[in-house]
Amino acid sequence: MKARMVQPGLSFEYSMWIFTRFSGAALILLGLFGMTSALVMGARTQMDLPAVLRWTFFPNPNHVVNTNIPDVTLGWANAFWQIIQILIVFFGISHGVNGLRMVAEDFIGRTFSRPLLRGTLFMLWIFLLMVSVYVILAS
Amino acid sequence: MTSSRKVGFLQGLRYHGGSPMLTWMLHRITGVGILLFVGLHVIASFLMQQFGSDFATSMNIVYESWAFQVIISFFVIFHALNGLRILALDIWPQLQKYQHEALWLEWIVILPVYGLAVYFLVSTGLTGT
Repeated sequence: MKARMVQPGLSFEYSMWIFTRFSGAALILLGLFGMTSALVMGARTQMDLPAVLRWTFFPNPNHVVNTNIPDVTLGWANAFWQIIQILIVFFGISHGVNGLRMVAEDFIGRTFSRPLLRGTLFMLWIFLLMVSVYVILAS
Repeated sequence: MTSSRKVGFLQGLRYHGGSPMLTWMLHRITGVGILLFVGLHVIASFLMQQFGSDFATSMNIVYESWAFQVIISFFVIFHALNGLRILALDIWPQLQKYQHEALWLEWIVILPVYGLAVYFLVSTGLTGT
């Protein structure tokens, strides 16, 4: 029986495997943290469920502007939430683009076009990160 | 020498992988779907912020419709809860003999959570926030 070839040490694919699990758990925890904070800040009486869901998925003040919050700038639109948003965006986009890489590599395989695929996805990753951080800071 | 992997999609569906295989497929489909949504939403928000473009406005009308939100919440809830199952089975591989029970448990959690979300989305959507 021929032994399976396993890459020794810390390879790119092994690190991305670990990162996918870690970033997925981090995204869930960040979402729960956002939802809990919203409820603590009074969301139960100030907004409907779709607004709470929008805030949970991404705590951006534009997601809660059309609600009964008396003043969005107090507690909802500050640097703390911008930092949380940047964390979510980093973990989410990296997790997602890596997933796209895995699915594409299952179809493309170890041919010459794999570096091409990885380069394109790398650029997509950087592009999405830059645009989303800009949107967060300019909200 | 490896055998050819060129199998058509419909032929592949007939493989007797059962619910673990369908769950894997759904995890990939929801993952790519979420990435498409998030990517387009980020670009539309940027265009709305900078230029107030019509494209951005029409994308946001789609995203804010309750029908779209019903679909996307299934994608997110399923992908997150299935991901938690995968994470648990990766941390404790000895639990893999309980794969089928884990899948049952997963759907027992997903359906009420999603059902509750759909109920509120549809009721606020139909009665007009």
